[in-house]
Amino acid sequence: MAKIVLSNDKIEKIKAICKSFHNEKGEVISVLHKVQGTFGYLPAEIQDIVAKEMNLSLAHIYGIVTFYSFFTMTPKGEFPISICTGTACYVRGAEKVLEEFKKQLNIGVGETTPDGKFSIDCLRCVGVCGLAPIVYVGQKAYGKLTPEGVKDVLAEYR
Amino acid sequence: METIKLTIDSKEVEVAKGTTILRAASEHGIEIPILCYFSIDGMDIENKPAGCRVCVVEVEGRRNLVPACATDCESGMVIHTHSMRVLHARRTVVGLILSDHPAECLVCQKAGNCELQTLAERLGIRRVYYQGEQSTYRKDMSPSIVRDVDKCVMCRRCEMMCNDLQSVGALSAAYRGFSSVVTPAFQMDLEKSSCTYCGQCVTVCPTGALTENDHTGKVIRLLSDPTKTVVVQTAPAVRVALGEEFGMELGTSVTGKMVAALRRLGFNAVFDTDFAADLTIMEEGTELLARLDKFLKGDKSVKLPILTSCCPGWVNFFEMYFPDLLDVPSTSKSPQQMFGAIAKTYYADKIGVKREDMVVVSIMPCLAKKYEAQRDEFKVDGNPDVDIVLSTRELAALIKQSNIDFKSLPDEDFDKPLGESTGAGVIFGVTGGVIEAATRTAYEKFTGKTLEKVEFDAIRGLKGTRSAEVDFNGTKIKIGIAHGLSNARKLLEEVRCGKSQFHAIEVMACPGGCIGGGGQPYSHRNHIEILRKRAAALYKEDTGKKLRKSHENPYIKKLYEEFLGEPGGKKAHELLHTKYFDKSKKEIVVPDPKK
Amino acid sequence: MTNYKMHLLVCGGTGCKASQADEILGNLRQILEEKGLKNEVQAIFTGCFGFCEKGPIVKVLPDNTFYVEVTPDDAREIVEEHIIKGYKIERLLYQDPVTKEHIADSKHMGFYLKQHRLALRNCGFIDPENIYEYIARDGYDALGKCLTELSRDEVIARIKESGLRGRGGGGFSTGLKWEITKNVPGDQKYVVCNADEGDPGAFMDRSILEGDPHCVIEAMAISGYAIGANKGLVYIRAEYPLAVERLKIALEQARKYGLLGKDILGTGFDFDIEVHLGAGAFVCGEETGLIRSMEGFRGEPILKPPFPSASGYLSKPTCVNNVETFANIPYIINHDLKMFTSIGTEKSRGTKVFALAGQINNVGLIEVPMGITLREVIFGIGGGIKNEKKIKAVQTGGPSGGCLTEKHLDTPIDFDSLLEVGSMMGSGGMIVMDEDSCAVCMAKFYLEFTVEESCGKCSPCRIGNKRLHEMLEEISQGKGTMETLEKLRNLSNVIRDTSLCGLGQTSPNPVLSTLDNFWDEYVEHVVDKKCRSGQCKDLLEYFIVEEKCVGCTACKRACPTNAIIGEVKSAHAIKQELCIKCGACIEKCKKFNAIITR
Repeated sequence: MAKIVLSNDKIEKIKAICKSFHNEKGEVISVLHKVQGTFGYLPAEIQDIVAKEMNLSLAHIYGIVTFYSFFTMTPKGEFPISICTGTACYVRGAEKVLEEFKKQLNIGVGETTPDGKFSIDCLRCVGVCGLAPIVYVGQKAYGKLTPEGVKDVLAEYR
Repeated sequence: METIKLTIDSKEVEVAKGTTILRAASEHGIEIPILCYFSIDGMDIENKPAGCRVCVVEVEGRRNLVPACATDCESGMVIHTHSMRVLHARRTVVGLILSDHPAECLVCQKAGNCELQTLAERLGIRRVYYQGEQSTYRKDMSPSIVRDVDKCVMCRRCEMMCNDLQSVGALSAAYRGFSSVVTPAFQMDLEKSSCTYCGQCVTVCPTGALTENDHTGKVIRLLSDPTKTVVVQTAPAVRVALGEEFGMELGTSVTGKMVAALRRLGFNAVFDTDFAADLTIMEEGTELLARLDKFLKGDKSVKLPILTSCCPGWVNFFEMYFPDLLDVPSTSKSPQQMFGAIAKTYYADKIGVKREDMVVVSIMPCLAKKYEAQRDEFKVDGNPDVDIVLSTRELAALIKQSNIDFKSLPDEDFDKPLGESTGAGVIFGVTGGVIEAATRTAYEKFTGKTLEKVEFDAIRGLKGTRSAEVDFNGTKIKIGIAHGLSNARKLLEEVRCGKSQFHAIEVMACPGGCIGGGGQPYSHRNHIEILRKRAAALYKEDTGKKLRKSHENPYIKKLYEEFLGEPGGKKAHELLHTKYFDKSKKEIVVPDPKK
Repeated sequence: MTNYKMHLLVCGGTGCKASQADEILGNLRQILEEKGLKNEVQAIFTGCFGFCEKGPIVKVLPDNTFYVEVTPDDAREIVEEHIIKGYKIERLLYQDPVTKEHIADSKHMGFYLKQHRLALRNCGFIDPENIYEYIARDGYDALGKCLTELSRDEVIARIKESGLRGRGGGGFSTGLKWEITKNVPGDQKYVVCNADEGDPGAFMDRSILEGDPHCVIEAMAISGYAIGANKGLVYIRAEYPLAVERLKIALEQARKYGLLGKDILGTGFDFDIEVHLGAGAFVCGEETGLIRSMEGFRGEPILKPPFPSASGYLSKPTCVNNVETFANIPYIINHDLKMFTSIGTEKSRGTKVFALAGQINNVGLIEVPMGITLREVIFGIGGGIKNEKKIKAVQTGGPSGGCLTEKHLDTPIDFDSLLEVGSMMGSGGMIVMDEDSCAVCMAKFYLEFTVEESCGKCSPCRIGNKRLHEMLEEISQGKGTMETLEKLRNLSNVIRDTSLCGLGQTSPNPVLSTLDNFWDEYVEHVVDKKCRSGQCKDLLEYFIVEEKCVGCTACKRACPTNAIIGEVKSAHAIKQELCIKCGACIEKCKKFNAIITR
């Protein structure tokens, strides 16, 4: 993994987030949510600052980040593609849609295209089963998507 | 005490309320097998995740089997610990664990000491019924500890020791499900993590996932090299535990046999770290008295309490977590390093051997000593003062390999001059021992009087933190003692905010001090009694010594006369003192996940 | 709601919002303004109507017209034709799949006919972001009644008497849980709302929080009063941003109106609620895992007992209930007990919300009286199987539940009956699968989920489920034997018997129930090496239909393993032993469709 040098500005921002939760150990998950919301992901360097600020061991933070699938240590693409693989979507063919995205973008789940444009992730049921299978690109939803429709979705962002 | 009655395996039993099924069964002669469960009673050390599910038993009326280790007895319970349902489940669970475990038992470092191996044997498992993918990880070699996580069974004992007992936090469980693993952050090498090499994780690991970095091969090679003069030193705690490796009674002191064995192994001279312990007292005691003197004269800049610095795990710990307090600990080197420094100068000169032809081997109850020996500040032109450190366990292995019948060896004496020691040096191996030894000498130097009763009972014991007050002729000297790094952390936090009431604090990283060190025989798992017996053996050895105060050691006196000059003097400073480094800002090195 | 002559209720649930509900509402408002109707007709978002299959939905009040599958472009027509001229727009009305009749009033639609909306009583009727609308429908009356008229014991007695059982899956008596927590000594206690709805295909908690957040807040306050807690915590999935937002708005409003905070309604009772976000771990739906997570740890469950009621959040007595359970509380307090106890069966009182999904015509959120049969739900409310296929299985209880088949269709839906037939109520996911689904793949899908979501703490779940999944994979690839099936059952039983938490203990259920219900199909997989649904790719055989083959050799050239034989212009054939089932030949034969799989 490439070494990341955080600007003072960013470090201060992380510290401020920790402080807004009174640096309380029990709030570490809320803190990580907020930090990821601000920076998009949680690389080692950011986890290190959170650990120091919250007075927790780095291994402990890493243990949490890797436990919860919502947290990620790799940056997402500019247009993150999230495919719901809940049961309802599964029975309505989400797997084939996922395969098509993987094929079109030539990346796997959890990966980002080399140009940084797209990334693919699987979501647990988002509860929009009426539109199954459903795919999100960023905040935008594409319901009842078929493998054939994948090309058109991608074309919108290319 | 409130008691309850219940039935275990058709036997009516009565136990104290709050007793777990595991304990209740054990009290009545029923040994339910365990894997993840671990405790050292009386030290508040307990690992009870109820995760391995090996100890499951059947409780009538409960839908599922329950883990005996973590389920409290209830009045009227009817428990079956070996019904067919239980045995089948237990065997299946162990079989599952084996299915994710490399089958390299024949060549595993833990062979013969592996709890999983014992369990499989005890349950008569002859075939791994369920097979499938096994988790594999990069092997992580540090100077002290080797992590082979493929062998990890997720018992979480190491995690508990590292976090709860030691407050080091180098290890944590990461990921989840089949991918879950106990690891340093980002699966980085231990060497890059906040690990202090205390080795407590190794002590408790049931399998070969955590072991010491084995150096016995190197020693064998050097012993057969005719150009080398190989001398050996043995730490005090080794002699009261080594016998356990040969089936001797717990708490047997095997000093004489150990010396005999080392001589038969081919060491050119067999010396004693206890000698260096006496030397440490001379230096550390002098330092304490100097600081005390200044303090009593009203010098506010003087750093008190003075902290002992013999324990390398402890040194690593404060360098990592208390970099702002680096000028508080004593600058005296540890006995191991003092020995190395003297052996490769004074002694080498005496016998006319060049430094580079002299090899110093240490036998230590400790894994952090392996790391300590290779620190840059303990080298002269790249040549280390101590070349190789073996743990008590490694020495036992070496003796066995060399066809020596340990139990029938005669008792032999250490060689002179670096083998002569006082009782003060002996008790270095148990928590409170260093400070007791220091007090014996400091008292006499401070007051000019002879100390009649040398035992300080208030200092002794296995409580995590202790304090005592010693009357130095009207001046009350307050002493603090901690073993286990989380206990040390508490005292250090007080020092940091200026609230410490002590003049001197002794810290040992391991529970019980060196007798419970990371390099000791594995037998003290689950039994504080074993630590007590090892401690008692050390105190007995102290009592049996003619000389019991470090400054009375004639060879120490001679060493100062012939070579060092004054304690705390220029030469002593050059050879016997060190400095500490800020290690809190380690660079994060994230290894490539694809190996 | 009194100043307006008409109301346009646009479904503001996540599902409809994902289908441009925002634009629909925006357009409606703009056109109303344009027509000068701003003060006469109100257009707002409301909670989920439940009929997600036909979303986005717009409902017109007071005439109750129910428009389905509305697009932003329809907004103008709705305003111009319906609002101004009073004509209903036929093409936007729901069409009954059987009679082909257009139905205007939702009350007459098959989807709603048999429903009994109690927990969902406000969803689709009120603006969830407006506390007044909740208050207008008796909101916070129940809290007021409890605080001023009922003692703590009376509240608990009432809940106990109602027979309400936890809707999160376990089915434990809610009143009893409250009573136990109340009776544990301690000055600090907590009320926790479990909104970490993780069962794939279940979205009732989300819909309640999105559509009626105040009812959950009110219920938590009542619970706090009853058990003696003045702090509540909601643990909610981060995947539900809309629910989080609406909950936060509702909390703010409740505080502003003195319904949360210090000295509520002047009674001296203090209560406030904090929101904790989950971070994507199914196991945190297990109450001890949830508590660990709220405390800032990995959400690994811990052994029970001690139960949270004795030692929960921060080791204090904690009462954990799920969203739907809470949603029932105000109703029970407000109404004559009989109104509640007359619904459902003797041991399962009241209603249950289900998320109907899968290969069914009417996907959506439904609330039915307990005791209703699966048949009524699937064929009555659900409108039957999609594309007129046959039903194969219904999965209830999510990854912890089991598959039920046609023979179970007349089983009454209640806690105990479902357990009896090898499934469970769970939190209320109900996924329907048609004849094209393969039983092995079904089990494999759920196991894949469990393997990924297992916390890894206990060995049977961590390793055992992995092994189960591997065995299912083997079976699906044609590498299984009868011994594999025996091992599968054996291991499933041990995992169920020895795992630490509910997730592990129930994880083999999909395997066991498919083994029970589709044994023949498993045997076909391992003995005949056939998958009747064709879902197991490795068990397919590629085959050239002689009559259709013209001998063009295109397939032969495409085959990477030279498995195709035959001369030019004569029919080809596939040598099965060489075929690797890559499908390259089929691609080349699109023109003639001579290659089929079977």
